Amino acid sequence: MMVGAAHALRPQPARLVVENLRIVVAGTSTDVVDEVSFTVRAGEVLGLVGESGSGKTTVALALLGYHRRGLAVGGGRVMLDGSDLLAMSAEELQGVRGAMVSYVPQDPGSALNPALPVGLQLGEILGAHQDPGVSRDADRVTEVLAEAQLDATREFLRRYPHQLSGGQQQRVAIAMAFACRPRLIVLDEPTTGLDVTTQRHVLETIRSLCRSYGVAAVYVSHDLAVIGQLAQQVAVMYAGRVVELGPTETIFGAPAHPYTRALLRAVPSPERSEVLEGIEGQAPRPGRRPTGCFFAPRCPDVLPICRESPPPFVPLLAGAHLVRCVRAEEPVTRSVIARTVPASDPPTSLSSGTLEVRDLSARYGPAPVLYEIDLRVGPEQCVAIVGESGSGKTTLARCVVGLHDNWTGNVDFCGEPLACGARRRTKGSLQRIQYVFQNPYTSLNPRKTVGQIIDQPLEHFSHFSPIERERRVVAELEDVSLSSDFLGRYPDQLSGGERQRVALARALVVEPELLVCDEVTSALDVSVQAIIVELLRRLQRERNLAMLFITHNLALVRSIAQTVVVLSAGKVVEQGPVEEVLERPRETYTIRLLEDIPKLAETRTNGGRWR
Amino acid sequence: MVTVDARATGAGRGRRGHPIGRLVVSRLGGGVITLIIVSIVVFAATQILPGNAAYAVLGHNATPARLHALELQLGLNRSAAAQYAAWIGGLLTGKAGNSLANGQPVWALVAPRLVNSAVLVALSGLAGALIGVLLGAIAALRKDSLFDYVLSVVSLAVTALPEFVVAISLVILFATVVFQVLPAVSVLPPGTWAWQQPELLVLPIATLVIVVVPYIFRMMRAAMIEALESEYVEMARLKGLPAWRVLLVHALPNAVPPTVQVIGLNLLYLAGGIVVVEYVFDFPGIGQGLVNAVSNRDIPVIQLIVVILAAFYVFMNILTDVVALLATPRRRIAR
Repeated sequence: MMVGAAHALRPQPARLVVENLRIVVAGTSTDVVDEVSFTVRAGEVLGLVGESGSGKTTVALALLGYHRRGLAVGGGRVMLDGSDLLAMSAEELQGVRGAMVSYVPQDPGSALNPALPVGLQLGEILGAHQDPGVSRDADRVTEVLAEAQLDATREFLRRYPHQLSGGQQQRVAIAMAFACRPRLIVLDEPTTGLDVTTQRHVLETIRSLCRSYGVAAVYVSHDLAVIGQLAQQVAVMYAGRVVELGPTETIFGAPAHPYTRALLRAVPSPERSEVLEGIEGQAPRPGRRPTGCFFAPRCPDVLPICRESPPPFVPLLAGAHLVRCVRAEEPVTRSVIARTVPASDPPTSLSSGTLEVRDLSARYGPAPVLYEIDLRVGPEQCVAIVGESGSGKTTLARCVVGLHDNWTGNVDFCGEPLACGARRRTKGSLQRIQYVFQNPYTSLNPRKTVGQIIDQPLEHFSHFSPIERERRVVAELEDVSLSSDFLGRYPDQLSGGERQRVALARALVVEPELLVCDEVTSALDVSVQAIIVELLRRLQRERNLAMLFITHNLALVRSIAQTVVVLSAGKVVEQGPVEEVLERPRETYTIRLLEDIPKLAETRTNGGRWR
Repeated sequence: MVTVDARATGAGRGRRGHPIGRLVVSRLGGGVITLIIVSIVVFAATQILPGNAAYAVLGHNATPARLHALELQLGLNRSAAAQYAAWIGGLLTGKAGNSLANGQPVWALVAPRLVNSAVLVALSGLAGALIGVLLGAIAALRKDSLFDYVLSVVSLAVTALPEFVVAISLVILFATVVFQVLPAVSVLPPGTWAWQQPELLVLPIATLVIVVVPYIFRMMRAAMIEALESEYVEMARLKGLPAWRVLLVHALPNAVPPTVQVIGLNLLYLAGGIVVVEYVFDFPGIGQGLVNAVSNRDIPVIQLIVVILAAFYVFMNILTDVVALLATPRRRIAR
């Protein structure tokens, strides 16, 4: 084959070579990504990191010679074993996709066809690419599913995607990607929706398959810890450019670009209680990017020269480490290691603002979800509830606020028992307990302005005059670090982080005593998550709030909570002070959960420059 | 959390029966109740309301003696409940009474018309669904092309036209003024069936097709665009599947369920639309029969035709839901 010949001529077996890839908005010269170059060798994993909107998915799809509607290839080459995918005809690409380069989508729940059984969806990729007779399709389906640790029973193959769990769906997608033994696999945030345990299994599967078949992989993620565990090389993307590229240990241990350093500071660690530092502002969108360095408006180390011309992508030291920053070679003054949170004594007095849950059991229809939960949230205390998806943590939160009313037991707030459903609670108790939803993209009414959204609970719960209400809305906006310019904007004009701040302001404007936060950062980038977590911590301290913080992210718990409750299958497995539970877990379940978290520090240890 | 619960409850699925079985049983129950209510309303409107049936039949100049005689003949002197019971009993045993206009049994009068209309509706529905789905799929594939644009504007314009305007325009175009290639009226000699003279069916069917296609087209186009821009179709393309397979196996099955609902609604509409179209073309179906019966004040015929139309509505609604459910595995099969 042609590809094989090209392979033999090459001294280094570079499987994928991307050169100056440029993708533009169709019909314009506005670039979405530009000057993207990197090389991946057989058996190697390259991590592509960046915030949402950085262009990482656009690059990922370009590796399959694909771009979404409204975009067009503006130049560059994507060489897979010597042949350029961007120069191929539609028929040629059809033969390459799935067979030589395959794709694992971010959300298999929507990437698997809901109308077709998974067996058919797996079989058709073999049918499209394999020579008949090489090996019977049914046998191969069984084989590839077994590699992804799924049991290919006839019953399983007949199932539709909605009948599988999120982890199973992702395994099917991975089996599909490896089915034809491709040379390159592109994985687009494949573990984002999964809990840590499933994530670890999926990562192990990917790692072993890449190793055993010499497949090159490009792993796209915003999760630096995951990249650190899997990748040999990391490319950091910002506003459509690769700003830093190098071996994983170098990128994590001795990052040279201020953006990379900022990203690393935003990652919470399960080992230390760190002050998280987010990155204020937003990455500039295509068409609105500044003349100089794109990161200059948000950069802590910006110089006048940065705003004048775009910095070149230059190699540092050995040449394997490339950085797009004029100050890359200067000694760094800011540490990449985050500061630890000063220890504070958790208040233990049982005064006002106390939530006490005793013997709470809840059901969904006939199915029990929670069993005999006991927990307490003291005043000014933050209690984190952690558990895998399906552990019942959101149901618990919904019982406390009264959104779920099918429960028995006692929920006392400030010594008074709360009714099951919100409808049967007093206005006062409703006001004193406020709830912040997981997804700020769906929890804000798209037809109301920010001002109206925040004013609504105030209007309902208070007797203030409209002028006084407006004053309070503005003050609340300022408290969540948004200016009064936001009053007249609509939710779709805001970024994810801004939306979540508005949702926080809406909850806080009525001055609650208990704030229930349900996975409030899971839909956000790490850099934004850090900002929201720090904001919550400041507000909790300033307003003496009690807080119930629901999360699946154990690392985050360390940064925000004083007490942690570990939930599994509707039961409390372990609870106690955060340090004790995270450092000296007693239950095997907690130990396993802690082991499954990808840890940044493990990757970082090799880089001595910052120590 | 929800996932676990749903799976847990899914174990008890056997006891509660198959989703389709459950749907059919519950809808049939609702349908029977609907039909009973319809029959009461129809009966009340035609036979019980002041200015009774005998008066309606004989008109202003009726003498009291003739009125009384007819009232006796129709059983109008009995209680309303008794009259209703007698009528419903007759309907269910196939004895719907005799026509007031010519004394023939109502069933013998309505049955051939029912067959003719059924042929008209079935052929129009079939042609309309095929054309609408095909045009919608092509427009979706060539979204924002000239073809898509022209078709969207034309379909919008046609939607605004009442069916008698469409019918008369077709007559002017193909039967009278411009070309004289097709018959302007579709009068069938007594004792012959619609399919024995296919040329008579062309213009009525064309009218009904033109009226229903825009709705089916627009729904299919929207559903197909949604399917084509979905992640699963993107995934199918990234798997290197041939274009026909992406289209027919991946996109189409997901565009069908919402379109089936609209096709069902349009078949229902056709059942009402034939009244006007049959009248314009003088086509001997139940629509024309209904118009004639109303002008003759032939109450037993009106009652029977309205009940038949109502039954068709109920049946089509159930059928539409079942087909849409069959085409949607996510709803059909519990977790």
